[in-house]
Amino acid sequence: MEDQPSLSEPRRPQNLIWLLMPLALLIAAIGWIVFADPFQSFRNGAPPVEGVTFERTILNDQGLRMLVRAGGSDPMRIAQIQVDAAYWSFTQTPPGEISRGATVWLDVPYPWVLGEAHAVTLVTTTGATFTHEIEVAVPTPKVTAGQLRFQALIGIFVGVVPIVFGLMFYPVLRGVGQGGMNFLMALTIGLLSFLLVDSAEEALELAGNSAALFQGPVMVILVAAATFLMLMAVGQRGGPPTGLALSTFIALGIGLHNLGEGLAIGAAFAAGSAGLGTFLVLGFTLHNITEGIGIAAPILKKRPPLWAFAGLALLAGGPAVIGMWLGSLAFSPQWGAFALAIGAGAILQVVVQVGAYVMRSNNLGLETFLRPSVLSGLTAGVAFMYITAAFVKI
Amino acid sequence: MDPANPRDETVSRRGVLLAGLAAAGGSVAVGNRAAAQEAMGPSDSASTMATHGNMMTVGEVDNLANGFDPVAMLTDWDVGTTETLPDGRTLRTFHVDAEDKEIEIAPGVFFPAWTFKGRVPGPALRAKEGDRIRVVFRNFGSHMHSMHFHGIHSARMDGVNGTPGMIGPGEEFTYEFDAKPFGCHLYHCHALPLKRHMAKGMYGAFVVDPDPEKHPDRTNVARSRLMGTAENAEWQELVMVMNAFDTNFDDENEFYAANTVAFAYMNTPIRIEKNRPVRVYLINAVEFDPINSFHLHGNFFDYYNQGTTLTPTLRTVDLITQCQGERGILEFSFAEHEPGLYMFHAHQAEFTELGWMANFDVVEA
Repeated sequence: MEDQPSLSEPRRPQNLIWLLMPLALLIAAIGWIVFADPFQSFRNGAPPVEGVTFERTILNDQGLRMLVRAGGSDPMRIAQIQVDAAYWSFTQTPPGEISRGATVWLDVPYPWVLGEAHAVTLVTTTGATFTHEIEVAVPTPKVTAGQLRFQALIGIFVGVVPIVFGLMFYPVLRGVGQGGMNFLMALTIGLLSFLLVDSAEEALELAGNSAALFQGPVMVILVAAATFLMLMAVGQRGGPPTGLALSTFIALGIGLHNLGEGLAIGAAFAAGSAGLGTFLVLGFTLHNITEGIGIAAPILKKRPPLWAFAGLALLAGGPAVIGMWLGSLAFSPQWGAFALAIGAGAILQVVVQVGAYVMRSNNLGLETFLRPSVLSGLTAGVAFMYITAAFVKI
Repeated sequence: MDPANPRDETVSRRGVLLAGLAAAGGSVAVGNRAAAQEAMGPSDSASTMATHGNMMTVGEVDNLANGFDPVAMLTDWDVGTTETLPDGRTLRTFHVDAEDKEIEIAPGVFFPAWTFKGRVPGPALRAKEGDRIRVVFRNFGSHMHSMHFHGIHSARMDGVNGTPGMIGPGEEFTYEFDAKPFGCHLYHCHALPLKRHMAKGMYGAFVVDPDPEKHPDRTNVARSRLMGTAENAEWQELVMVMNAFDTNFDDENEFYAANTVAFAYMNTPIRIEKNRPVRVYLINAVEFDPINSFHLHGNFFDYYNQGTTLTPTLRTVDLITQCQGERGILEFSFAEHEPGLYMFHAHQAEFTELGWMANFDVVEA
């Protein structure tokens, strides 16, 4: 090992050659393929493969506005647009050919009908068609102070309020013994596991709606894994996290999940596909209430200052507001999937950390999870989340 | 936080409670805003938007590149070449080639058509009752094709599978038969699969004018139908083949039209001199949809189903329907009308809005 530097030192110029040679060959190969066109016999007269992804739809008093992304084997051109099987005039910005991966805005001055369904069909130059369903036509929220306030309120109710309610159990829970602690920590693991599955499922669903070139499902898994590893690395610095540090990690994981959840609600809200009624908001509030208990569990034996509680509530719940804003104002499926994947990775990290914490505090290793207090906590956590989720799944 | 200081705990408990109360107050506000949101609608602003003016394709079709112009097609008859046979009858010879051709069927939308003579619909062949017809058909396409005429002829001349008239690429066949009965007919490729060969554009008008000498009781009517007479020259005659295109090959049409190009006669209305009568040879070549229709605005017409009679089969109607392959002759006049744009279209609103919509521009001569 010691003599390695002295060995590699004189070799440096050679190393450079070995680095440059394959690169130069690669460039030469690309040049040959582009200019000499050796694969022209592949061209069998078939029309190019075309792909269109509808990323955003805006309904306003000017009609319909859609952001579409092209994804095919060649640049493509949108020739005509049908709305509800009628050709309609439209403008495309920027006009002309759309290269692979590029997006354009399409403006169609169509007199859409409030609360009804519409179908938009793009006809390309080759006659291929791409249809996008607007399930329920409602005006897309505009960026106004009132709108942002309104969404912030919903975000607070979905994210912050349940955390606060959960944290309010703090004084009551302080007196619990080891069995109670086990139950509460296991409850936390249970609810987080539910959120993990929920995030992953939603992320993959959104990934399915995104343009093929983003490779949605692969992106979700890679992003979740990277987030998990990064947070594990950060969390393990200075020993396994306990107390306020562990609470903070739980709050961060829940916060990232809430960001994704907010994005999804905001997008559904903007698309009109979810009637975000009082019932739904209350359902989310109830659903998320155990999150506060979970955050409080690791600090029951500490005495963090009040601002720490406020900080934890904001960290865990605040992202729901930001998610709502982003989701309703600037949402594309791939960004939603990205955010939810980060959330899934973060939650996985917390599940591992809390699990390790429970094992450490019981000194029983994996057998900890067979203790009645832990098993009942896990079951209660998952069951509570599953049952209350029924309120918000429509 | 100092765990030994009990004061901190009271503060924290009260603080958490207060935060909860503030949040509960917020819930009322959410409820109100949600109600306000539901009451808000686009109806006011939507009503100010144009409701019909934007129902249109965008751009223009390059007629020059297509090699045919839907407006010119209306009056473009192929009468072939004639010579007199030893028995005194007229021998009328047509030349038709089948070829594959990509055509622009709506602005910017290209369809890989199979055509007769490079156009869709194929050439509008016109003959006189009793003519000896000879059609020299050459197949320059990539598939089997034929010309199957609606008319009276022998089985050998029918152009279906198993007859010599069904020819492969590079082959040639001459169909021979007498032009009868007079009327508004059509021809189309009868190769299998039939649906695909029709939908790809292989159809055209075949009009047989009545011979006045054979209809002594209605000589004048027959003369007005016979191309080349002074009586016929009075009429403004138009041939329209109603067709449609399934551009994504899902057995449903994306574009409808008369004479191929969607909305062509909306963008260029058909000029009609108001004091000359109008006769439309109308043929339905639409595939996939069982029927098509023709509705005229602000006027009524007489209808000759399949054109095989000299008296109308329907009088004073403003709407007729045609099954696949059905056709007929419409006669009407704008003499009593004020000049202006008079619309006509399929009365299936779906076809209308997908391109089969047009205007007559009625003008003082």
